[in-house]
Amino acid sequence: MSFDGRQIEELLPRLRRYSRALCGSREAADDLTQDTLERAWLKRAQWQPGTNLRAWLFAIMHSVFINGVKRVRPTESLEALGDAAPQPEGAARADSGVQLSEMAAALRRLPDEQREVVLLVGLEQFSYAEAAEALGVPMGTVMSRLSRGRERLRDLLEGGAATAALRRVK
Amino acid sequence: MMKDDQLHAYVDDALTPEERELVERHLQDNPADAQRVRAWEANNRSLHRLFDPVLEEPRPLHLRVRGPSTAARRVLPIAAALALGVALGYLARPWLAPGPPAAPLIARQAAAAYVAYSPEVRHPVEVGAQDEQHLVAWLSKRLQAPLRVPVLSSEGWQLLGGRLLPPASSSDPAPIALLVYENARGQRLSLLVKRESTQRDTAFAFSQDGPTRVFHWIDGPFGYALAGDVGREELQRLAELTYRQLNP
Repeated sequence: MSFDGRQIEELLPRLRRYSRALCGSREAADDLTQDTLERAWLKRAQWQPGTNLRAWLFAIMHSVFINGVKRVRPTESLEALGDAAPQPEGAARADSGVQLSEMAAALRRLPDEQREVVLLVGLEQFSYAEAAEALGVPMGTVMSRLSRGRERLRDLLEGGAATAALRRVK
Repeated sequence: MMKDDQLHAYVDDALTPEERELVERHLQDNPADAQRVRAWEANNRSLHRLFDPVLEEPRPLHLRVRGPSTAARRVLPIAAALALGVALGYLARPWLAPGPPAAPLIARQAAAAYVAYSPEVRHPVEVGAQDEQHLVAWLSKRLQAPLRVPVLSSEGWQLLGGRLLPPASSSDPAPIALLVYENARGQRLSLLVKRESTQRDTAFAFSQDGPTRVFHWIDGPFGYALAGDVGREELQRLAELTYRQLNP
């Protein structure tokens, strides 16, 4: 007995949110989600009932993602970034005072392995143990990637804010 | 000296109350760490503001939970429509073509409709089971006879809903209704119901088209064809259950 389609349907919005945050464009995110769903369906017999279906699905998404990344580097162009996140009304500002578009850009500049952990823990509210399960790494690795990723994101954003402030002063 | 791991665990709410208190005391005395923690928290909120709207976005039509290979998916909705069109056109051709004896029209219609609609995740039906009364009234009106909807839940199949199919040809203009069922594994089953002019009841007949198996029969004003990618024995059991439900 494996899971049924409805259990996946329930998790689909979250798979799509994580995918969008992980990938550059909406199109790449939908492709990643679709490939994940297909792989999950093929491997459905391997899922153990009673275990964490969400972590299992995100683990599949992780392996599809890293295999895909080896084939094509996600684009880093600004046009693609504009498409990456839903556009908030006006120039919405993040809590730290930077624009949300700057957050999207900074996120793109994180190494993949750090971006994954920052998003799983910070956006998807995975516990460290669940993140370790989804990524197939020890918890210590999750912690060190989280630490480096969050600090790098902070540097990128504070650097960006400082530059923006300088520009405004001029 | 507070380890960074503890600070992250504080942000991620992964500490015991005692540990929390220790971290809070540490932050009061270490403004640099407090500032880092505030920045991490702010960045998490920004991530939510950036990406939470995706949760509310309508799902793109090509996203399906179970489905064909990657290459096929972008053309699939079109392919399904084409397949149905071709299938219906094929069904409408005169009985002159040579070849092995084909299954009767209704069985081939049922197999074609099953192939066209059962892979649909979002729109397998036009009217969902939650509007069953409306569904029955609507299809009965179009079929010009009261339609009964069999309940197959004792065998693990729930009604998803129904749709109306185009008539097979201008010489056979009877409207056709399709009821779609689903089991816990996400498999689909479809029951095609069509007005029959012969008014001559028949026994169950079995046919198969690729992996799709069909049982069909005529009962009163209607012809029925139950189609699915399930084993022949299970399908026969379901066909018998359907027949009993329609003839209480």
